[in-house]
Amino acid sequence: MQHNPAQTTHAAHHPEKKGILNWISRWIFTTNHKDIGTLYLCLSGLMFFIAGMMAMLIRAQLIHPGTHFFDPNFYNSLVTLHGLIMIFGVIMPAFVGLGNWMIPLMIGAPDMALPRLNNWSFWILPFAFSILTSTLFMEGGGPNFGWTMYAPLSTTFAPPSTDFVVISIHLMGLSSILGAINIIATILNLRAPGMTLMKMPLFVWTWLITAFLLIMAMPVLAGAVTMILFDRHFGTSFFNAAGGGDPLLYQHVFWFFAHPEVYIMILPGFGIISSIIPTFSRKPLFGYTSMVLAVASIAFLSFIVWAHHMFVTGIALGAQIFFMYTTMLIAVPTGVKVFNWTATMFRGSLTFETPMLFALAFVVLFTIGGFSGLMLAMVPADYQYEDTYFVVAHFHYVLVTGALFTIFAGIYYWLPKWTGHYYNEFLGKLHFWLTVIAVNLTFFPMHFLGLTGMPRRVADYALQYTEFNFLASLGAFLLGAAQLIFLYNIIMTIRGGKKATAQVWEGAHGLEWTVPSPAPYHTFAEPPVIN
Amino acid sequence: MPKSIRKTILVAVSVVILMFGFSFALSPLYNAFCKTTGFYSRVNVKSFSSPDLSRQITVQFVATNNQNLPWDFYPRTVSIPVHPEENTRVIFYAKNNTNKPMTVQAIPSFSPSLAAQYFHKTECFCFTHQTLKAGEEINMPVVFVIDKAIPDTMHTITLSYTLFDVTPTLSQRTNK
Repeated sequence: MQHNPAQTTHAAHHPEKKGILNWISRWIFTTNHKDIGTLYLCLSGLMFFIAGMMAMLIRAQLIHPGTHFFDPNFYNSLVTLHGLIMIFGVIMPAFVGLGNWMIPLMIGAPDMALPRLNNWSFWILPFAFSILTSTLFMEGGGPNFGWTMYAPLSTTFAPPSTDFVVISIHLMGLSSILGAINIIATILNLRAPGMTLMKMPLFVWTWLITAFLLIMAMPVLAGAVTMILFDRHFGTSFFNAAGGGDPLLYQHVFWFFAHPEVYIMILPGFGIISSIIPTFSRKPLFGYTSMVLAVASIAFLSFIVWAHHMFVTGIALGAQIFFMYTTMLIAVPTGVKVFNWTATMFRGSLTFETPMLFALAFVVLFTIGGFSGLMLAMVPADYQYEDTYFVVAHFHYVLVTGALFTIFAGIYYWLPKWTGHYYNEFLGKLHFWLTVIAVNLTFFPMHFLGLTGMPRRVADYALQYTEFNFLASLGAFLLGAAQLIFLYNIIMTIRGGKKATAQVWEGAHGLEWTVPSPAPYHTFAEPPVIN
Repeated sequence: MPKSIRKTILVAVSVVILMFGFSFALSPLYNAFCKTTGFYSRVNVKSFSSPDLSRQITVQFVATNNQNLPWDFYPRTVSIPVHPEENTRVIFYAKNNTNKPMTVQAIPSFSPSLAAQYFHKTECFCFTHQTLKAGEEINMPVVFVIDKAIPDTMHTITLSYTLFDVTPTLSQRTNK
């Protein structure tokens, strides 16, 4: 990778040999956690721009009423793939990449516990996403039933390409499960002596809990899509009422997976924010133990709230009330976290570098997303909001200004440690301000669209929604353009820039800041001493 | 590989296998849950006392064809007032408009869904598959009793039947 003294001693495993073939085999056969972290982040970046292009196409279609560009079926395929790729191809690989890079550095481990498995769990993904993206060009069109793949839309009425979607989801699930097992094995077994569980940085804690969510939730998704496959081809009737099954069962199985999945996509982000805010407030994190307990209780609650996605399906009143209360209960641990972050900043000496800006915007905007989530959790209110743009606004606030902002913050925060160079702070701030303005311009009007009844997943809309949709489309194009600045900034930082110190940030503490910048190819061959 | 890592992996892998199995176990669990709570209509054999004449409940009937099934299918009685514990018999009419024999299965559904546990069908065409020859028509009975325990708040119950074409599935199975 970069120049460092360890290179000479480990020449045998090391990318020193020149030539394109050596370069390719280095990346294909690498078992180094830093290399694999980089691969995950690159794949995530690539998929981010692909799924982002789909979002641009969706917003282009919706800029004016009337279906201009594509037929509704293709529009539905775009919506489906945008959702699937953003979730499984962008947010999750980005967190796994960050985890691969930072977890061994943070706990003083030389590498992941299972390096070869690590290589395999990454290299499954390019195949999975090639298969998934290729469905768009297949005869009969891509998957057009939304990322939730509800039966019977995904069984009786689905295009032939659905089988490819099922296989690609199996592959992604396999990759996630293997990655999660690796992370659990690393955190539980490879901590440096003296690094007790309650001394671990919160990013490591959140990843440990996320990994447990992954190994419990992903097999259920695999089961759900397997049942779809069986119903489609092998004459079973899991979801077919005529054969004694029930389409509603699909929604139960799916959301039993998908609600923990929601927290899989945000908990590592909580960990990143819990690292960044203390650094730029120059104070230790407020309420470390309560932060750990809050994450653990969110993870537990995530398994008993799934039916709040199904309030209008006609489930029993008692069930609706039960799931309403458990859902609202999640606001308590989440509130604990938000208050702890705020208390960390209280009377700190704050500076506002790009990672901190993204972290602050995350705290504010994620809370807005949390509040609209509370509104959706109320059964009587949900009857009105269900399947409208209010839901779209809600989950984009928690996923874009939530999960994605934490990833941006984490990348800016650790980029100097990875590359040995500071990024361009002006471009970073420009990226931040354009993104935060564009995100609100795009998604805030959707709240109003939803409250007045604009339905989701429809390629056209009634005339009264024209102005807000126009605003949302403009915001989306600005949001897309702002990400090119991000890409440019990262490429320029990899190629050169101001040399970073080992500590990088004045207020940063933790093992990852004790190794030189850029981090040597092999770190902590001897476990560090922890006092 | 150290023993501790081996143990961690073993535990993690068994969780994965367990949860994969659990996703399939959800199917029978779901049926068992619906059956015990009565959200899903099933035959309940129980003895009935004399009708409770002090209360009256309106039962409405709805018939729907799934996926443009080319059959005529409608209730002869659209709505009927009944007393709790009173045996009532209504007729549904069905006709196969195609030129080939077809088999259908009717799937019941209640609104409000909680009414299902108080609604006991002693005879119903939905208990079995119905096969009609080309152009054949049939009057199909439903005999039901509403439980005395039904809450006072329920004044109207809608019983809806959806007719599913199961002909291809059957022929597939016999071919195998």
